[in-house]
Amino acid sequence: MYNYNQFDHDFVRNRVDQFRGQVGRRLDGSLTEDEFKPLRLMNGLYLQLHAYMLRVAIPYGTLNSRQMNQLAMIAEKWDKGYGHFTTRQNIQYNWPKLKDTPDILDALADVEMHAIQTSGNCVRNVTADHFAGAAADEIEDPRPTAELLRQWSMDHPEFQFLPRKFKIAMTGSPNDRAVTKAHDIGIRMVRNENNEPGYEILIGGGLGRTPMIGKVVREFLPKADLLPYIEAILQVYNLHGRRDNKYKARIKILVHETGIDTLREWIEEAFETQKAYHQAPPQEMIDAIEAQFQPPEFDTAEVDEEKLADALSSDPLLRSFVETNVSQHFDHNHAIITISLKPIGGTPGDATADQMRVMANLAQAYGYDELRISHEQNVILPHVRRDDLPEIHRILKEAGLATANVGLLSDMIACPGMDYCALATARSIPVAQELSNAFEDLKHQQDIGPLKIKISGCINACGHHHVGHIGILGLDKAGVESYQITLGGDGTETASIGERAGPGFSYEEIVPAVSRLLDLYMEIREGKDDTFLDVYRRVGAEPFKQALYPEEAESV
Amino acid sequence: MSVIVRDNGFEKDTWELEGGIFIDLEKYGQDVMERDPSKTAIDIPNDVTIESLKGLFGSASMIRIPFPSFADGRGFSLAKQLRQHGYDGRLRAKGHIIADQYGFARVCGFDEVEIDFEMAGRQPEEQWMARIPDQELSYQKRLMGQRPLRNV
Amino acid sequence: MARIQYPKVVTANHLLEGDVIYMTASGKWSRKHEEAKLFEDPQEAELALKMAQGQAHMLAGAYLADAQLGSNGKPEPVHFREAFRTRGPSNYPNHGKQAEG
Repeated sequence: MYNYNQFDHDFVRNRVDQFRGQVGRRLDGSLTEDEFKPLRLMNGLYLQLHAYMLRVAIPYGTLNSRQMNQLAMIAEKWDKGYGHFTTRQNIQYNWPKLKDTPDILDALADVEMHAIQTSGNCVRNVTADHFAGAAADEIEDPRPTAELLRQWSMDHPEFQFLPRKFKIAMTGSPNDRAVTKAHDIGIRMVRNENNEPGYEILIGGGLGRTPMIGKVVREFLPKADLLPYIEAILQVYNLHGRRDNKYKARIKILVHETGIDTLREWIEEAFETQKAYHQAPPQEMIDAIEAQFQPPEFDTAEVDEEKLADALSSDPLLRSFVETNVSQHFDHNHAIITISLKPIGGTPGDATADQMRVMANLAQAYGYDELRISHEQNVILPHVRRDDLPEIHRILKEAGLATANVGLLSDMIACPGMDYCALATARSIPVAQELSNAFEDLKHQQDIGPLKIKISGCINACGHHHVGHIGILGLDKAGVESYQITLGGDGTETASIGERAGPGFSYEEIVPAVSRLLDLYMEIREGKDDTFLDVYRRVGAEPFKQALYPEEAESV
Repeated sequence: MSVIVRDNGFEKDTWELEGGIFIDLEKYGQDVMERDPSKTAIDIPNDVTIESLKGLFGSASMIRIPFPSFADGRGFSLAKQLRQHGYDGRLRAKGHIIADQYGFARVCGFDEVEIDFEMAGRQPEEQWMARIPDQELSYQKRLMGQRPLRNV
Repeated sequence: MARIQYPKVVTANHLLEGDVIYMTASGKWSRKHEEAKLFEDPQEAELALKMAQGQAHMLAGAYLADAQLGSNGKPEPVHFREAFRTRGPSNYPNHGKQAEG
């Protein structure tokens, strides 16, 4: 866990004071609404459909119990008793008042948190693998680098008014749980032939109106060169990114229109200048950051395997929870728990203040005081002893947090959609709720197996529909909600963009349409290990299109 | 007339009163020999490459970069590039810049900001002075020893 | 096919609270769509919008939204987005205007 030093504290407090001043200057007319808007956005404050919305950063998804308890306090004191965890490791409050926002930011600063650059055309919250520092398959913990980038990006004088928003994601594992290929910059921790640690850098990934998979711009970047190289990418983007059309302003369009090879030359040239001009970060600062991400001192007592096996065999609910929600930790006595925020029929990603406190207490009592937020809108206990699993499961069950559906159909991503978002063209949450209810039998979901359904309420694709095995995009078609299906998307290391299946479905038709897809899948799969994505990649779109549009299929 | 914002407050723009001229980059090539570099300021657009500017450094004592909108941040990168490539004359930002950006402009290498009277009235001097960059609170300075900050 | 020209209401969000508000016949603001003034004349509507935009000290994001006279003789929204704005989020029936009854 990164703990603020005096500098961090001073910086964040100063920023809160600045924002308090900006709110005052908006009210006294010094700032027009047009001028105030980007400033409030850079402090996480949106004006949405029904109210303001405050987006708070949870850098690289890591937080402790004190911070989680404070998020609960804020939810109760200034909001309606809940928060919404997002696909970019943020938490959103849907009902704050403008005049309360500086106080909320102060309360965040009390626990070493902030909302800086969670919106605006600047470098956003740097995200990372939610299993970082715990996963069995990890090469290196990406979070010290993510923290370095967080610091570097904070109030960067040159890059606060970019052509468009800029998102960076990192992974330290070959299995990409951070969707790095769909970010403006994706960073993968790698080793070169001499086994020296460094980074592979991708640019130009993104979803939205024009989805693109990121391209490798540098195969191996030595660790010490990170900041000047990232600075070079941002400078080239700031100067050359399009500003004539909001929908063509992301770096992915620059990559697409200029070509990765030309862009690489520009970046390398700018990199040489940056490197000669700036000093490398002082080693003691790097060391101080890295020291704070050392794994906790694990309890080394051996797990009583027999006792655990007994508990599992006598409690089918626990067994199924462990099968779906528990992942392998690098320490054999420990495990990683994913707490699903996707109860059947619930709003994906929402947690009440009470639930936040339960999770905070669990982290404190059983989890070395660590929590994570995943881009799939769930909460992670990254380090728990395996013999504590029965007790943790019992407590989660009491709090309505033990849904054993991680990675299954009802573990959907859904953006807030038109229930909250001013940009949305259709609702997404109720679609997620109805799908979840239609497949409420978890046994049936387990039988269907790994499935990623992702729902966005507009073309901006905050719900990642392009990388859902089944993606659903809600649009406004002549004043009526219409839902388009994409198939075969994948957000992992084998990333691909889903293909549009055909005309959209009405709100009433969308759940039956998804059911038909799954009926077909169950019929033609070659056993339980043959996942939906495997089958789609093998047989192609055609059979699924026929299942979606049976009448057209008959008339042909 | 415009108002010039510098770290010591609002000032009148005396450049032309003292015999200085502004000349567009595209007209720069004409009559170069007749101009006194110490009285010459070049207006450059914010989409030029640094390569096309390198030859000008010695023949002008001011470069002025436009901000058509405060949301267009190209001027910040261009100023930084000029400093990185050795331009050490006066550097001015002109146009729609807000007080909240004054520190960014300064740290990127601008010496001063030129605003109109409407802006100077709406965002008075103290709002700009409140944003004189506090280098003690800069992550970039801590991490990279950020340099361009001057006020000739 | 010509688009139907609906009457308009002037709507915005309250600057401090963030709530959805509507301009009434007296030029004041109400949180209730049914109290909004319905502008049949496009020019009059544009003029009212300009007035609203001049009140930047108390509201943000003013625009004209389609509306029509409902069966109860009061204005009602035409588009589903505007209908949601009169109610609140569908996943929490106890949040937003719909909770106030």
